[in-house]
Amino acid sequence: MNNETIPQVDPPKAVVEARGLDLTFQTKDSPIQALKDVSLTIEQGDFVSFIGPSGCGKTTFLRCIAALEQPTGGNLTVNGMTPDEARRSRAYGYVFQAAGLYPWRTIAKNIKLPLEIMGYSRADQDERVKKVLQLVDLEGFGGKFPWQLSGGMQQRASIARALAFDADILLMDEPFGALDEIVRDHLNEQLLKLWERTNKTIAFVTHSIPEAVYLSTRIVVMSPRPGRITDVIESPLPKERPLDIRDTPEFLEVAHRVREGLRAGHAYDD
Amino acid sequence: MKSVLAILTVVVALVGFWYAACVPMNIHEAAMQAQRAGEEVTPAEAPERRHMGRISLALKNTGLWSTVFSQERPQLPAPHQVAQEFWKTTWGMIERGRAFSKRSLILHGWITLSATLLGFAFGTALGIVLAVSIVHSRAMDMSVMPWIIASQTVPILAIAPMIVVVLAALSVDDIVAKGVISMYLSFFPVVVGMVKGLRSPDAMQMDQMKTWNATRTETLWKLRLPSSTPYLFASLKVGVAASLIGAVVAELSLSSNGGLGARLLAGSYYGQTVQIWSALFAAAALAAVLVWAIGVAQKVTLKRMGFAQ
Repeated sequence: MNNETIPQVDPPKAVVEARGLDLTFQTKDSPIQALKDVSLTIEQGDFVSFIGPSGCGKTTFLRCIAALEQPTGGNLTVNGMTPDEARRSRAYGYVFQAAGLYPWRTIAKNIKLPLEIMGYSRADQDERVKKVLQLVDLEGFGGKFPWQLSGGMQQRASIARALAFDADILLMDEPFGALDEIVRDHLNEQLLKLWERTNKTIAFVTHSIPEAVYLSTRIVVMSPRPGRITDVIESPLPKERPLDIRDTPEFLEVAHRVREGLRAGHAYDD
Repeated sequence: MKSVLAILTVVVALVGFWYAACVPMNIHEAAMQAQRAGEEVTPAEAPERRHMGRISLALKNTGLWSTVFSQERPQLPAPHQVAQEFWKTTWGMIERGRAFSKRSLILHGWITLSATLLGFAFGTALGIVLAVSIVHSRAMDMSVMPWIIASQTVPILAIAPMIVVVLAALSVDDIVAKGVISMYLSFFPVVVGMVKGLRSPDAMQMDQMKTWNATRTETLWKLRLPSSTPYLFASLKVGVAASLIGAVVAELSLSSNGGLGARLLAGSYYGQTVQIWSALFAAAALAAVLVWAIGVAQKVTLKRMGFAQ
């Protein structure tokens, strides 16, 4: 499916570039403006979190990057291509809120699913499955069926599936929302390590302020009706982040600013 | 244990009702025979009896009740007569080494079964192919679906002889002609069930496939078809029963080849009600076995696929 006509240019610094992005859903009653004038640049190796209340358009923006939604206005490029070209060149892995594992496939076979579709060799598939199962702490569970695993383990398997192929961009839509605190901390740590090692670009949607601050190099605060960006916070935290960084004054200061940003967007007025 | 008792109670009640129904149903014939044998009947004259209701005649001749269960050609044969005939033409034939003689229900059952299975295979294949094309093409959905529904409103009894004539003119094998009529009935539940099944993956699953840039064919094989399996089995159960009905109806038009339908037809030509009823029971037993077999396959398959937790 690699489109031969895509020009081979030097890897652009901006991985995702949005300029004045608008998206209006046409509903029966009235049009709903999900995104209004959203401009944002995500650079190679960034870890960008999107935070905001329900309906602020953070998931919609992620879906636009993934070419699952079509913006109605503005300009959006991914890896210098249109989002749909980027999707067809398999530029990103997407982790959904629900694990979405197939009950008739074992965990290993579920992880192989995108690999089969993308035409990886059998030996390569086995290799990759082994690697990503290790990464999400599910070694030895490859032969189990999804229903034999807890909800948290299922979501870890779905993250492993998104990591199994070589996409430079990882789009994650509240992937840890359903997990317990301890697993969540562990996976946050693992995700940071993975990000550091692979230099992937990660866009991460979350409801949790500590999670956003702990993980991100940049935090995008959004507010609803219409969905728009109210603040973009550059994190002053170092790249090396042990879990107890969350008790430092720098961390708390960033968290405070995020909270202020959310309040400024009149998110909780009603 | 309790349910066994409940089931037995229902069966006993049904059989009891059947025996009771034999009395008014066969009382005119019983009175006729008794009169011929010189016994006393009220009223004594046949023309008078002819205009009497069954129940009042039965009430006036309680002495004749014992003879209504053992007539040669009863209007309604008693359960034990049907059971005896059924036994005689199945196990009885095997005992005498003539399991496949012309009088054996095993032979006729086998003839019907083979046409049923052929038509079931045709119908399932056609149903799946139609469902796949309907799910993938809006034009097919809009144009073919109404015809599929219309096809099922045509009485099969009316259309079966025409199919037989047309296919005979094309010198198609009789069993294939029967299979085509079976297919006509059995593809419908498969289409309806499979269209629903192929559309059962939710928006998230379809988006997921899109993020992997999967083709429609890959989505079909890896997501849609496996997801539709529970729907397929539900449809197959209906389809196999419909297929059997199709085969029996086809045999009314193609009676020279035998089969349970031909047995029904021959029985009604010669007033052999016992034969009709035992052929009916054979068809019902066959249907029950087929549906049961699909039920077993369903249970095993769905369990293995992780659908039944």
